[in-house]
Amino acid sequence: MMITATATAAAMLMLLQQAPAEGTDWDAEFGVEQKQRDPVTGELPVDPYEQSNANAGAAPYDSAKLVADFGGREGIARIAARTVDLSEADPRIADIFAAHDMVRLKRTLGEQFCFLLGAGCDYTGRDMRSAHAEMGVTKADLNALVENLQRAMGEAGVPFSSQYRLLAKLAPMSRDVVVR
Amino acid sequence: MTLLAPCLAALCQAAVTASVPAAAETVPTIAFQPVIDAEPVIEPVIEAGAESGSNPQLAVAPMPLDHAPTRRAIAPLDETNALGGGGLRIGKVDMFKGGKLLLTNGISTVEGSSGGGIARWATIGGRQMPGGIGISGHATAVELPDFGWRSYGVAVGFGDRLELSYARANFDTRDVGALLGIGQGYTFNQDIYGAKLRLAGDVVYGTSWLPQIAVGIEHKRNLDGGLVQALGAGDDSGTDYTISATKLLLARSVLVNATLRYTEANQLGLLGFGSAAGEEYKLQFEGSLGYQLSRRAVIGAEYRTKPDNLGLGEDDWMDIFAAYALTDNLTLAAAYVDLGSIATISGQRGGFLSAQIAF
Repeated sequence: MMITATATAAAMLMLLQQAPAEGTDWDAEFGVEQKQRDPVTGELPVDPYEQSNANAGAAPYDSAKLVADFGGREGIARIAARTVDLSEADPRIADIFAAHDMVRLKRTLGEQFCFLLGAGCDYTGRDMRSAHAEMGVTKADLNALVENLQRAMGEAGVPFSSQYRLLAKLAPMSRDVVVR
Repeated sequence: MTLLAPCLAALCQAAVTASVPAAAETVPTIAFQPVIDAEPVIEPVIEAGAESGSNPQLAVAPMPLDHAPTRRAIAPLDETNALGGGGLRIGKVDMFKGGKLLLTNGISTVEGSSGGGIARWATIGGRQMPGGIGISGHATAVELPDFGWRSYGVAVGFGDRLELSYARANFDTRDVGALLGIGQGYTFNQDIYGAKLRLAGDVVYGTSWLPQIAVGIEHKRNLDGGLVQALGAGDDSGTDYTISATKLLLARSVLVNATLRYTEANQLGLLGFGSAAGEEYKLQFEGSLGYQLSRRAVIGAEYRTKPDNLGLGEDDWMDIFAAYALTDNLTLAAAYVDLGSIATISGQRGGFLSAQIAF
Protein backbone atom coordinates (compact mmCIF):
# COMPACT_ATOMS: atom_id res chain seq x y z
CA MET A 1 0.00 0.00 0.00
CA MET A 2 2.71 2.36 1.16
CA ILE A 3 4.87 1.37 -1.80
CA THR A 4 2.07 2.03 -4.28
CA ALA A 5 1.45 5.50 -2.86
CA THR A 6 5.14 6.35 -3.04
CA ALA A 7 5.38 5.06 -6.59
CA THR A 8 2.34 7.11 -7.64
CA ALA A 9 3.78 10.24 -6.06
CA ALA A 10 7.11 9.65 -7.77
CA ALA A 11 5.36 9.14 -11.10
CA MET A 12 3.42 12.37 -10.63
CA LEU A 13 6.66 14.17 -9.80
CA MET A 14 8.35 12.75 -12.89
CA LEU A 15 5.42 13.91 -14.98
CA LEU A 16 5.61 17.42 -13.53
CA GLN A 17 9.35 17.57 -14.03
CA GLN A 18 9.22 16.53 -17.63
CA ALA A 19 11.56 18.60 -19.79
CA PRO A 20 9.71 21.46 -21.47
CA ALA A 21 9.12 21.28 -25.17
CA GLU A 22 11.99 22.24 -27.44
CA GLY A 23 11.88 25.74 -28.80
CA THR A 24 10.12 27.23 -25.76
CA ASP A 25 10.16 31.02 -25.98
CA TRP A 26 11.70 31.68 -22.57
CA ASP A 27 11.65 35.45 -23.04
CA ALA A 28 7.88 35.24 -23.47
CA GLU A 29 7.55 32.79 -20.52
CA PHE A 30 9.33 35.22 -18.19
CA GLY A 31 7.99 38.41 -19.76
CA VAL A 32 11.38 39.64 -21.01
CA GLU A 33 11.01 42.53 -23.37
CA GLN A 34 13.37 42.32 -26.29
CA LYS A 35 14.45 45.80 -27.30
CA GLN A 36 15.27 46.18 -30.96
CA ARG A 37 17.93 48.60 -32.11
CA ASP A 38 16.71 51.24 -34.48
CA PRO A 39 17.76 50.11 -37.98
CA VAL A 40 18.82 53.65 -38.94
CA THR A 41 20.50 55.04 -35.80
CA GLY A 42 21.46 51.74 -34.18
CA GLU A 43 20.13 52.99 -30.83
CA LEU A 44 17.92 51.19 -28.36
CA PRO A 45 14.55 52.82 -27.65
CA VAL A 46 14.24 54.87 -24.43
CA ASP A 47 11.30 55.94 -22.32
CA PRO A 48 9.90 59.29 -23.44
CA TYR A 49 11.14 62.46 -21.72
CA GLU A 50 10.94 66.18 -22.34
CA GLN A 51 13.74 67.34 -24.63
CA SER A 52 15.33 70.70 -23.96
CA ASN A 53 18.74 72.34 -24.24
CA ALA A 54 18.35 73.11 -20.54
CA ASN A 55 19.03 69.39 -19.98
CA ALA A 56 22.63 70.02 -21.06
CA GLY A 57 23.18 71.48 -17.60
CA ALA A 58 24.92 74.78 -18.42
CA ALA A 59 24.77 77.79 -20.71
CA PRO A 60 26.86 77.55 -23.89
CA TYR A 61 30.01 79.51 -24.71
CA ASP A 62 29.97 81.96 -27.59
CA SER A 63 33.45 81.70 -29.05
CA ALA A 64 34.32 80.73 -32.61
CA LYS A 65 37.93 80.18 -31.56
CA LEU A 66 36.91 77.64 -28.93
CA VAL A 67 34.85 75.71 -31.50
CA ALA A 68 37.80 75.78 -33.90
CA ASP A 69 40.11 74.50 -31.14
CA PHE A 70 37.89 71.43 -30.87
CA GLY A 71 37.83 70.88 -34.64
CA GLY A 72 34.25 72.04 -35.18
CA ARG A 73 31.19 69.82 -34.81
CA GLU A 74 32.91 66.82 -36.37
CA GLY A 75 35.91 67.13 -34.09
CA ILE A 76 33.65 67.43 -31.05
CA ALA A 77 31.69 64.30 -32.05
CA ARG A 78 34.94 62.38 -32.52
CA ILE A 79 36.23 63.49 -29.09
CA ALA A 80 32.94 62.41 -27.44
CA ALA A 81 33.02 59.02 -29.16
CA ARG A 82 36.68 58.52 -28.25
CA THR A 83 35.95 59.40 -24.61
CA VAL A 84 33.20 56.77 -24.52
CA ASP A 85 35.46 54.16 -26.16
CA LEU A 86 38.29 54.87 -23.69
CA SER A 87 35.91 54.70 -20.73
CA GLU A 88 34.33 51.46 -21.94
CA ALA A 89 37.82 49.92 -21.99
CA ASP A 90 38.87 51.52 -18.67
CA PRO A 91 38.77 48.87 -15.92
CA ARG A 92 38.09 51.60 -13.32
CA ILE A 93 34.71 52.53 -14.82
CA ALA A 94 33.90 49.99 -17.56
CA ASP A 95 31.23 48.35 -15.41
CA ILE A 96 29.19 51.56 -15.29
CA PHE A 97 29.17 51.75 -19.08
CA ALA A 98 28.63 48.02 -19.70
CA ALA A 99 24.87 48.13 -19.10
CA HIS A 100 24.19 51.18 -21.23
CA ASP A 101 23.63 52.00 -24.89
CA MET A 102 27.00 53.24 -26.12
CA VAL A 103 25.62 54.25 -29.51
CA ARG A 104 23.17 56.62 -27.88
CA LEU A 105 25.71 57.84 -25.32
CA LYS A 106 28.21 58.77 -28.02
CA ARG A 107 25.54 60.80 -29.79
CA THR A 108 24.11 62.55 -26.73
CA LEU A 109 27.53 63.25 -25.18
CA GLY A 110 28.66 64.70 -28.51
CA GLU A 111 25.52 66.86 -28.64
CA GLN A 112 26.10 68.05 -25.08
CA PHE A 113 29.73 69.02 -25.74
CA CYS A 114 28.70 70.65 -29.05
CA PHE A 115 25.94 72.64 -27.33
CA LEU A 116 28.12 73.73 -24.37
CA LEU A 117 30.98 74.78 -26.64
CA GLY A 118 28.58 76.90 -28.67
CA ALA A 119 29.03 74.93 -31.88
CA GLY A 120 25.32 75.19 -32.60
CA CYS A 121 23.91 71.77 -31.75
CA ASP A 122 20.74 71.05 -29.82
CA TYR A 123 21.04 68.68 -26.89
CA THR A 124 18.40 65.96 -27.09
CA GLY A 125 19.50 63.82 -24.15
CA ARG A 126 18.14 63.70 -20.64
CA ASP A 127 19.24 66.01 -17.81
CA MET A 128 22.30 65.01 -15.81
CA ARG A 129 20.44 63.95 -12.69
CA SER A 130 18.09 61.50 -14.42
CA ALA A 131 20.72 60.33 -16.91
CA HIS A 132 22.97 59.23 -14.02
CA ALA A 133 20.23 58.04 -11.66
CA GLU A 134 20.99 54.78 -9.83
CA MET A 135 24.46 54.48 -11.36
CA GLY A 136 26.14 55.08 -8.01
CA VAL A 137 28.82 57.28 -9.57
CA THR A 138 31.66 58.27 -7.22
CA LYS A 139 34.10 61.16 -7.46
CA ALA A 140 36.81 58.62 -8.32
CA ASP A 141 34.69 57.47 -11.30
CA LEU A 142 34.31 61.08 -12.36
CA ASN A 143 38.08 61.61 -12.17
CA ALA A 144 38.60 58.55 -14.37
CA LEU A 145 36.12 59.93 -16.93
CA VAL A 146 37.82 63.35 -16.82
CA GLU A 147 41.18 61.69 -17.49
CA ASN A 148 39.71 59.82 -20.47
CA LEU A 149 38.15 63.02 -21.81
CA GLN A 150 41.48 64.84 -21.33
CA ARG A 151 43.23 62.06 -23.24
CA ALA A 152 40.68 62.23 -26.07
CA MET A 153 41.03 66.02 -26.25
CA GLY A 154 44.82 65.74 -26.10
CA GLU A 155 44.86 63.24 -28.97
CA ALA A 156 42.68 65.63 -30.97
CA GLY A 157 45.19 68.43 -30.35
CA VAL A 158 42.86 70.66 -28.32
CA PRO A 159 44.92 73.32 -26.48
CA PHE A 160 45.03 72.73 -22.72
CA SER A 161 43.30 75.99 -21.77
CA SER A 162 40.42 75.13 -24.15
CA GLN A 163 40.21 71.63 -22.65
CA TYR A 164 39.76 73.24 -19.24
CA ARG A 165 37.07 75.57 -20.60
CA LEU A 166 34.94 72.54 -21.49
CA LEU A 167 35.70 70.96 -18.12
CA ALA A 168 34.67 74.23 -16.46
CA LYS A 169 31.15 73.67 -17.84
CA LEU A 170 31.09 70.01 -16.82
CA ALA A 171 32.69 70.15 -13.35
CA PRO A 172 29.77 71.82 -11.54
CA MET A 173 27.48 69.05 -12.85
CA SER A 174 29.18 66.72 -10.35
CA ARG A 175 26.45 67.82 -7.94
CA ASP A 176 23.90 65.94 -10.07
CA VAL A 177 26.14 63.03 -10.99
CA VAL A 178 28.10 62.02 -7.89
CA VAL A 179 25.90 60.29 -5.35
CA ARG A 180 28.35 58.83 -2.87
CA MET B 1 43.01 -17.59 -20.06
CA THR B 2 39.46 -17.49 -18.78
CA LEU B 3 40.23 -14.24 -17.00
CA LEU B 4 41.71 -12.63 -20.09
CA ALA B 5 38.82 -13.43 -22.39
CA PRO B 6 36.31 -10.77 -21.22
CA CYS B 7 39.16 -8.30 -21.03
CA LEU B 8 40.11 -8.85 -24.64
CA ALA B 9 36.49 -8.74 -25.67
CA ALA B 10 36.17 -5.31 -24.02
CA LEU B 11 39.25 -4.07 -25.82
CA CYS B 12 37.95 -5.39 -29.05
CA GLN B 13 34.64 -3.65 -28.52
CA ALA B 14 36.44 -0.38 -27.78
CA ALA B 15 38.46 -0.75 -30.96
CA VAL B 16 35.31 -1.36 -32.99
CA THR B 17 33.57 1.69 -31.54
CA ALA B 18 36.58 3.86 -32.23
CA SER B 19 36.97 2.67 -35.80
CA VAL B 20 33.32 3.32 -36.63
CA PRO B 21 32.69 7.02 -35.90
CA ALA B 22 29.27 6.82 -37.59
CA ALA B 23 28.04 4.92 -34.54
CA ALA B 24 28.42 8.05 -32.39
CA GLU B 25 25.57 9.69 -34.24
CA THR B 26 23.06 7.34 -32.77
CA VAL B 27 24.25 7.91 -29.20
CA PRO B 28 21.84 10.30 -27.35
CA THR B 29 23.40 13.73 -26.82
CA ILE B 30 23.47 15.33 -23.41
CA ALA B 31 23.32 19.13 -23.40
CA PHE B 32 26.25 20.65 -21.59
CA GLN B 33 28.10 23.91 -21.33
CA PRO B 34 31.72 23.53 -22.44
CA VAL B 35 34.27 24.24 -19.74
CA ILE B 36 36.19 27.41 -20.54
CA ASP B 37 39.83 26.50 -20.40
CA ALA B 38 40.86 27.22 -23.93
CA GLU B 39 39.83 29.28 -26.92
CA PRO B 40 36.06 29.55 -26.98
CA VAL B 41 34.70 27.44 -29.82
CA ILE B 42 31.54 28.97 -31.17
CA GLU B 43 29.43 26.15 -32.55
CA PRO B 44 27.26 27.03 -35.49
CA VAL B 45 23.64 27.02 -34.49
CA ILE B 46 21.87 24.12 -36.20
CA GLU B 47 18.15 24.50 -36.81
CA ALA B 48 16.23 22.21 -34.49
CA GLY B 49 15.04 19.10 -36.28
CA ALA B 50 16.77 19.96 -39.52
CA GLU B 51 18.29 17.05 -41.56
CA SER B 52 19.21 14.75 -38.63
CA GLY B 53 15.51 14.44 -37.80
CA SER B 54 15.20 12.36 -34.65
CA ASN B 55 18.37 13.74 -33.03
CA PRO B 56 18.21 17.55 -32.95
CA GLN B 57 21.44 19.09 -31.66
CA LEU B 58 21.11 21.62 -28.90
CA ALA B 59 22.53 25.05 -29.67
CA VAL B 60 24.87 26.22 -26.93
CA ALA B 61 25.04 29.98 -26.69
CA PRO B 62 28.66 31.21 -26.73
CA MET B 63 29.91 32.84 -23.53
CA PRO B 64 30.10 36.62 -23.98
CA LEU B 65 33.89 36.71 -23.52
CA ASP B 66 34.18 40.08 -25.18
CA HIS B 67 32.23 41.58 -22.28
CA ALA B 68 34.71 43.63 -20.21
CA PRO B 69 33.61 42.48 -16.71
CA THR B 70 33.65 38.83 -17.80
CA ARG B 71 37.06 39.23 -19.36
CA ARG B 72 38.43 40.70 -16.14
CA ALA B 73 36.74 38.10 -13.97
CA ILE B 74 38.38 35.18 -15.78
CA ALA B 75 41.72 36.90 -16.41
CA PRO B 76 44.65 35.23 -14.65
CA LEU B 77 46.07 37.13 -11.68
CA ASP B 78 49.18 39.16 -12.29
CA GLU B 79 50.77 42.19 -10.68
CA THR B 80 48.39 44.64 -12.34
CA ASN B 81 45.18 43.09 -11.01
CA ALA B 82 46.29 41.12 -7.96
CA LEU B 83 45.78 44.16 -5.74
CA GLY B 84 42.48 45.11 -7.34
CA GLY B 85 43.80 47.89 -9.53
CA GLY B 86 46.45 49.37 -7.26
CA GLY B 87 46.58 49.62 -3.52
CA LEU B 88 45.29 47.42 -0.76
CA ARG B 89 41.76 47.07 0.49
CA ILE B 90 41.39 46.65 4.21
CA GLY B 91 37.77 46.24 5.21
CA LYS B 92 35.96 48.99 3.37
CA VAL B 93 38.99 51.28 3.16
CA ASP B 94 41.14 51.62 0.05
CA MET B 95 44.75 52.03 1.10
CA PHE B 96 47.07 53.94 -1.23
CA LYS B 97 44.83 53.29 -4.24
CA GLY B 98 45.09 56.85 -5.52
CA GLY B 99 42.50 58.35 -7.85
CA LYS B 100 43.00 62.10 -7.52
CA LEU B 101 43.54 64.20 -10.60
CA LEU B 102 47.19 65.11 -11.11
CA LEU B 103 48.49 68.03 -9.00
CA THR B 104 45.21 68.34 -7.03
CA ASN B 105 46.98 67.05 -3.91
CA GLY B 106 49.20 70.14 -4.00
CA ILE B 107 52.92 70.48 -3.32
CA SER B 108 54.11 69.85 0.23
CA THR B 109 55.01 73.00 2.08
CA VAL B 110 58.19 73.33 4.11
CA GLU B 111 55.91 72.82 7.12
CA GLY B 112 54.74 69.41 5.82
CA SER B 113 51.19 70.27 4.83
CA SER B 114 49.65 70.09 1.37
CA GLY B 115 50.07 73.49 -0.27
CA GLY B 116 52.16 75.37 -2.77
CA GLY B 117 55.65 75.12 -1.31
CA ILE B 118 55.57 77.91 1.24
CA ALA B 119 51.83 78.62 1.50
CA ARG B 120 49.34 76.22 3.02
CA TRP B 121 46.36 75.26 0.83
CA ALA B 122 42.95 73.80 1.64
CA THR B 123 43.86 70.66 -0.31
CA ILE B 124 44.33 67.34 1.48
CA GLY B 125 47.64 65.52 1.01
CA GLY B 126 47.83 62.06 -0.58
CA ARG B 127 46.10 60.83 -3.72
CA GLN B 128 43.19 59.03 -1.99
CA MET B 129 39.55 59.49 -2.84
CA PRO B 130 36.62 59.55 -0.38
CA GLY B 131 36.71 56.30 1.61
CA GLY B 132 40.42 55.86 1.05
CA ILE B 133 43.63 56.56 2.90
CA GLY B 134 46.61 58.05 1.13
CA ILE B 135 50.09 59.13 2.05
CA SER B 136 52.59 61.63 0.81
CA GLY B 137 56.20 62.32 1.66
CA HIS B 138 58.42 65.22 0.75
CA ALA B 139 61.99 66.41 0.86
CA THR B 140 62.77 70.08 0.26
CA ALA B 141 66.02 72.00 0.05
CA VAL B 142 66.23 75.79 0.08
CA GLU B 143 69.62 77.22 -0.78
CA LEU B 144 70.14 80.84 0.27
CA PRO B 145 73.25 83.05 0.04
CA ASP B 146 74.00 82.63 3.74
CA PHE B 147 71.81 79.78 4.92
CA GLY B 148 70.83 76.26 4.01
CA TRP B 149 67.41 74.98 4.85
CA ARG B 150 66.19 71.38 4.67
CA SER B 151 62.73 70.07 5.33
CA TYR B 152 61.33 66.59 5.07
CA GLY B 153 58.11 65.09 6.25
CA VAL B 154 55.10 62.93 5.73
CA ALA B 155 51.37 63.55 5.48
CA VAL B 156 48.54 61.05 5.73
CA GLY B 157 45.21 61.88 4.11
CA PHE B 158 41.90 60.38 5.16
CA GLY B 159 39.42 60.60 2.30
CA ASP B 160 39.02 64.19 1.14
CA ARG B 161 38.42 65.21 4.73
CA LEU B 162 41.41 65.07 7.08
CA GLU B 163 45.16 65.46 6.75
CA LEU B 164 47.68 64.70 9.49
CA SER B 165 51.26 65.72 8.88
CA TYR B 166 54.68 65.75 10.42
CA ALA B 167 57.73 67.62 9.19
CA ARG B 168 61.22 68.26 10.41
CA ALA B 169 62.96 71.49 9.46
CA ASN B 170 66.71 72.03 9.79
CA PHE B 171 68.10 75.52 9.31
CA ASP B 172 71.86 75.67 8.87
CA THR B 173 73.40 79.06 9.76
CA ARG B 174 76.78 78.21 8.15
CA ASP B 175 79.24 81.14 8.41
CA VAL B 176 76.58 83.41 9.92
CA GLY B 177 76.59 81.15 12.97
CA ALA B 178 80.12 82.23 13.78
CA LEU B 179 79.24 85.86 13.03
CA LEU B 180 76.30 85.75 15.46
CA GLY B 181 78.44 84.02 18.05
CA ILE B 182 76.39 80.82 18.18
CA GLY B 183 78.99 78.71 16.43
CA GLN B 184 80.02 77.99 12.85
CA GLY B 185 77.33 75.93 11.11
CA TYR B 186 74.94 76.03 14.03
CA THR B 187 71.68 74.41 12.94
CA PHE B 188 68.24 75.29 14.27
CA ASN B 189 65.83 72.35 14.28
CA GLN B 190 62.11 72.19 14.59
CA ASP B 191 59.36 69.52 14.60
CA ILE B 192 56.01 70.47 13.08
CA TYR B 193 52.83 68.47 13.72
CA GLY B 194 49.92 69.49 11.51
CA ALA B 195 46.25 68.70 11.13
CA LYS B 196 43.86 70.02 8.52
CA LEU B 197 40.13 69.43 8.16
CA ARG B 198 38.17 70.16 4.97
CA LEU B 199 34.93 71.90 5.90
CA ALA B 200 33.26 72.47 2.53
CA GLY B 201 33.66 72.69 -1.20
CA ASP B 202 35.86 70.95 -3.70
CA VAL B 203 38.96 72.31 -5.39
CA VAL B 204 37.78 71.04 -8.82
CA TYR B 205 34.11 70.01 -8.72
CA GLY B 206 30.85 71.41 -7.42
CA THR B 207 29.58 74.97 -7.40
CA SER B 208 32.09 77.00 -9.40
CA TRP B 209 32.27 79.91 -6.96
CA LEU B 210 32.62 77.74 -3.84
CA PRO B 211 36.27 76.95 -3.07
CA GLN B 212 37.53 74.07 -1.01
CA ILE B 213 37.67 75.41 2.54
CA ALA B 214 39.73 73.89 5.32
CA VAL B 215 40.76 74.80 8.84
CA GLY B 216 43.87 73.52 10.53
CA ILE B 217 46.57 73.78 13.12
CA GLU B 218 50.33 73.46 13.05
CA HIS B 219 51.95 72.71 16.38
CA LYS B 220 55.65 73.52 16.28
CA ARG B 221 58.33 72.48 18.74
CA ASN B 222 61.65 74.21 18.43
CA LEU B 223 64.52 71.95 19.53
CA ASP B 224 66.82 74.86 20.40
CA GLY B 225 64.75 76.34 23.22
CA GLY B 226 67.55 77.85 25.25
CA LEU B 227 69.09 79.62 22.30
CA VAL B 228 65.88 81.05 20.81
CA GLN B 229 64.91 82.38 24.21
CA ALA B 230 68.35 83.95 24.51
CA LEU B 231 67.62 85.58 21.12
CA GLY B 232 64.54 87.18 22.65
CA ALA B 233 61.76 84.70 21.82
CA GLY B 234 59.05 84.23 24.42
CA ASP B 235 58.64 80.49 23.96
CA ASP B 236 60.17 77.44 22.29
CA SER B 237 56.87 75.98 21.08
CA GLY B 238 53.69 77.36 19.63
CA THR B 239 50.64 76.56 17.56
CA ASP B 240 49.47 78.22 14.35
CA TYR B 241 45.79 78.28 13.45
CA THR B 242 44.87 78.43 9.76
CA ILE B 243 41.86 78.74 7.50
CA SER B 244 42.38 78.23 3.78
CA ALA B 245 40.31 78.48 0.63
CA THR B 246 41.53 76.98 -2.64
CA LYS B 247 39.87 76.70 -6.05
CA LEU B 248 40.94 75.68 -9.51
CA LEU B 249 39.18 78.10 -11.86
CA LEU B 250 38.93 75.74 -14.83
CA ALA B 251 37.63 78.37 -17.25
CA ARG B 252 40.90 80.29 -16.74
CA SER B 253 43.25 77.37 -15.95
CA VAL B 254 44.07 79.31 -12.79
CA LEU B 255 44.43 78.05 -9.25
CA VAL B 256 43.75 80.57 -6.49
CA ASN B 257 44.52 80.11 -2.82
CA ALA B 258 44.13 82.35 0.19
CA THR B 259 45.05 81.39 3.73
CA LEU B 260 44.76 83.27 6.99
CA ARG B 261 47.22 82.18 9.66
CA TYR B 262 46.98 83.23 13.31
CA THR B 263 50.53 82.79 14.55
CA GLU B 264 53.24 83.95 16.92
CA ALA B 265 56.07 82.11 15.15
CA ASN B 266 59.34 83.85 14.30
CA GLN B 267 60.71 82.62 10.94
CA LEU B 268 58.07 79.82 11.02
CA GLY B 269 59.21 79.02 14.57
CA LEU B 270 62.87 78.34 13.79
CA LEU B 271 63.61 81.42 15.93
CA GLY B 272 60.99 80.60 18.53
CA PHE B 273 57.58 82.06 19.29
CA GLY B 274 56.49 85.51 20.35
CA SER B 275 58.96 87.68 22.19
CA ALA B 276 60.11 88.18 25.74
CA ALA B 277 58.94 91.77 25.28
CA GLY B 278 55.37 90.52 25.05
CA GLU B 279 54.73 90.25 21.28
CA GLU B 280 52.05 87.61 20.70
CA TYR B 281 49.68 86.15 18.10
CA LYS B 282 49.09 88.11 14.89
CA LEU B 283 47.00 87.41 11.82
CA GLN B 284 49.03 86.73 8.68
CA PHE B 285 48.12 86.09 5.03
CA GLU B 286 49.33 83.53 2.51
CA GLY B 287 48.30 83.80 -1.13
CA SER B 288 49.03 81.63 -4.16
CA LEU B 289 48.25 82.01 -7.84
CA GLY B 290 48.96 79.17 -10.25
CA TYR B 291 48.51 78.80 -13.98
CA GLN B 292 48.20 75.24 -15.25
CA LEU B 293 50.05 74.67 -18.53
CA SER B 294 49.17 71.02 -18.95
CA ARG B 295 47.81 68.12 -16.96
CA ARG B 296 51.27 67.75 -15.45
CA ALA B 297 52.72 71.25 -15.32
CA VAL B 298 51.85 74.36 -13.34
CA ILE B 299 53.65 77.65 -12.78
CA GLY B 300 52.80 80.28 -10.23
CA ALA B 301 53.73 82.68 -7.50
CA GLU B 302 53.16 82.91 -3.76
CA TYR B 303 53.28 85.58 -1.10
CA ARG B 304 53.38 85.03 2.65
CA THR B 305 53.32 87.78 5.27
CA LYS B 306 55.22 87.31 8.53
CA PRO B 307 55.34 89.15 11.83
CA ASP B 308 58.50 90.76 13.21
CA ASN B 309 58.17 89.88 16.89
CA LEU B 310 61.92 89.90 17.60
CA GLY B 311 62.62 93.25 15.92
CA LEU B 312 65.23 91.62 13.65
CA GLY B 313 63.63 93.01 10.48
CA GLU B 314 61.84 89.76 9.54
CA ASP B 315 60.44 90.13 6.01
CA ASP B 316 57.49 88.77 4.08
CA TRP B 317 58.28 85.84 1.79
CA MET B 318 57.55 85.37 -1.87
CA ASP B 319 58.33 82.80 -4.53
CA ILE B 320 57.87 82.04 -8.20
CA PHE B 321 57.43 78.31 -8.72
CA ALA B 322 57.09 75.64 -11.36
CA ALA B 323 55.87 72.14 -10.58
CA TYR B 324 55.76 69.06 -12.74
CA ALA B 325 54.06 65.72 -12.10
CA LEU B 326 56.72 63.39 -13.48
CA THR B 327 54.48 60.38 -12.82
CA ASP B 328 51.14 59.91 -11.05
CA ASN B 329 53.11 59.55 -7.82
CA LEU B 330 56.12 61.82 -8.15
CA THR B 331 55.90 65.61 -8.34
CA LEU B 332 58.94 67.86 -8.57
CA ALA B 333 58.85 71.57 -7.76
CA ALA B 334 61.44 74.26 -8.28
CA ALA B 335 61.15 77.88 -7.20
CA TYR B 336 62.96 81.14 -6.94
CA VAL B 337 62.42 82.37 -3.40
CA ASP B 338 62.92 85.77 -1.81
CA LEU B 339 62.95 85.33 1.97
CA GLY B 340 64.18 88.87 2.62
CA SER B 341 66.08 89.31 5.85
CA ILE B 342 66.72 86.35 8.17
CA ALA B 343 68.40 86.92 11.55
CA THR B 344 69.45 90.43 10.47
CA ILE B 345 71.19 89.10 7.30
CA SER B 346 69.25 90.61 4.40
CA GLY B 347 69.00 89.67 0.73
CA GLN B 348 68.20 85.99 1.23
CA ARG B 349 67.12 85.14 -2.30
CA GLY B 350 67.79 81.69 -3.66
CA GLY B 351 66.57 78.40 -5.01
CA PHE B 352 63.98 75.97 -3.75
CA LEU B 353 63.87 72.34 -4.87
CA SER B 354 61.30 69.84 -3.69
CA ALA B 355 60.32 66.26 -4.44
CA GLN B 356 57.02 64.78 -3.37
CA ILE B 357 55.94 61.16 -3.54
CA ALA B 358 52.25 60.46 -3.03
CA PHE B 359 49.97 57.44 -3.09
